[in-house]
Amino acid sequence: MPFYGVELKSRLLLGTARYPSPKILGEAIQASGADVVTVSLRREAGPEQAGQSFWSLVRSLGVRVLPNTAGCHTVREAVTTAHMAREMFETPWIKLEVIRDDDTLQPDVFGLVEAARVLSEEGFEVFPYTIEDLAVADRLVEAGCRVLMPWGAPIGSARGLNNLYGLRALRAHFPDIPLVVDAGLGVPSHAAAAMELGYDAVLLNTAVAEAGDPVAMARAFALAIEAGHMAFKAKPMEPRDMAVPSTPMMGRAALGD
Amino acid sequence: MSQSRVIVVGAGVAGLCCALELSERGYPVEVVDRGRALGDGCCSWMAGGMLAPWCERATTEPVVATRGESSIDWWVQRFPGTVRKGSLVVAQPRDAGELSRFAGRTENFEWLDGERLAELEPDLAGRFRRALFFPQEAHLDPRRALAALAEALRRRDVPIRFGVDFPATQSRHELPGRELVVDCRGLAARDALADLRGVRGEMLVIRSRDIDFSRPVRMLHPRIPLYLVPRGEGVFMVGATMIESEARGGPTVRSAVDLLNAAYALHPAFGEAEILEINADVRPAFPDNLPAVRREGRVLHANGLYRHGFLLSPWLAREVAARVAGLNSSLETIDADLRERRQA
Repeated sequence: MPFYGVELKSRLLLGTARYPSPKILGEAIQASGADVVTVSLRREAGPEQAGQSFWSLVRSLGVRVLPNTAGCHTVREAVTTAHMAREMFETPWIKLEVIRDDDTLQPDVFGLVEAARVLSEEGFEVFPYTIEDLAVADRLVEAGCRVLMPWGAPIGSARGLNNLYGLRALRAHFPDIPLVVDAGLGVPSHAAAAMELGYDAVLLNTAVAEAGDPVAMARAFALAIEAGHMAFKAKPMEPRDMAVPSTPMMGRAALGD
Repeated sequence: MSQSRVIVVGAGVAGLCCALELSERGYPVEVVDRGRALGDGCCSWMAGGMLAPWCERATTEPVVATRGESSIDWWVQRFPGTVRKGSLVVAQPRDAGELSRFAGRTENFEWLDGERLAELEPDLAGRFRRALFFPQEAHLDPRRALAALAEALRRRDVPIRFGVDFPATQSRHELPGRELVVDCRGLAARDALADLRGVRGEMLVIRSRDIDFSRPVRMLHPRIPLYLVPRGEGVFMVGATMIESEARGGPTVRSAVDLLNAAYALHPAFGEAEILEINADVRPAFPDNLPAVRREGRVLHANGLYRHGFLLSPWLAREVAARVAGLNSSLETIDADLRERRQA
């Protein structure tokens, strides 16, 4: 499924924060095969675009940049940051984060919907970081979003998919909107599980950046995502209550007493 | 073989370490710096001063630890203010997982329970039930250490001239005689080093009348890991943020809140501490966040110390000295060649 008209080669989107070095970040991106990376601007911007050096470094990696509004707490901050991002990276794409709670980094879904509406009207292509709530997702689509990015668990928590039922319901409810599990994953099996639910992609940062070997972990996630997606397409069997032997029981030799 | 005269540009920790190492190896050395006095416009002035190779090992590449290990002795031999009492790592109860994760990625530490921790740092009694102790690590006060290096250079008759701008163009093209240049200008050297970038750090200095401890304490947090380095008599440096930005303005409110929260979470009595200083600067870094020595003609660029200025400057200085020795002997060959050609 295309993301705002763009077909991505890889179903892994990678964050660029918290790596041991930009060099390792570059190697991790290469190992992951990701063709989209997300970059934060709010805290790095400062006066006269003081984050320029790092951003040029990211741009030089030859991947598509999805700028984000991490660190924004209000609609206004998010909209201003999005404007800056559009100018800086010459892209209408924006990963929209409006945070309510600083501790868990839970999104402020009311501000999120409002900011998504404002930005969509201005021609941005919004990737909202949201919760797995159907009503909120509905509002975001109504506001103009054509991609939804529900969390698996709070950002950086490495807990995996907290609400399988909710994520499954979201998939069923929005069969035609690209869905990305964004945040909260810790290990590749979490990502595989998201893909097995029929999600279109997975967005990761901490799980790779803070792994002992970020480059190897990036590759491991890429493989898991591919496996999960392949498994989804292959139509996995449903779990059953009864054990069903794959060879007939009748006529087997009676052993023991 | 006559020794080349070496001009070291930059009187930060990199420049002073290089100058001292070269002088100790017998080279005539001179240091120039564009600042007005020691510490002016130099990011070493804002450093934490932790000599903590094994703590760094948990979040950086292994070479940081292997290159940094020997620097503790280097400092102990040259700066008597170097304190070798180890360092501590703690975490809030809900972040206990961070402590095990940190431990799993490094070595040369002991696990402490609350009692052992209280024996080491009585003022932290009852605050944490577990801690990591890195007994071989050390720390120093960067400003006193820089002053000590400057004094050591003075005793060796190495002049340090302040207020001297040494443009890269001059250093490359107008070197008289056998002079060599060691360029330790940090971020200012980006005119010659295209892949050098700045990484912003914010710090503050506080004084408590209630609490003192004798070794650095790191507090782990999933997003905001911070540390306190004791400067003696209840004074602590609290640092330091790492932001991919080259902004030089004062610390942001958010960073200040993070830093202050860390101190407060370490011990609530820090709530009554006095804020003595709050500052921000920009560290020079290469894309791999590791320091390097690069040669361009007769100029050696020693740069990219990132957040490891005091930990890795002694390593950098030894690298520079080795390269200077190499250059010195090849200059000799070049000169001999020239003479031969003239005689022929």
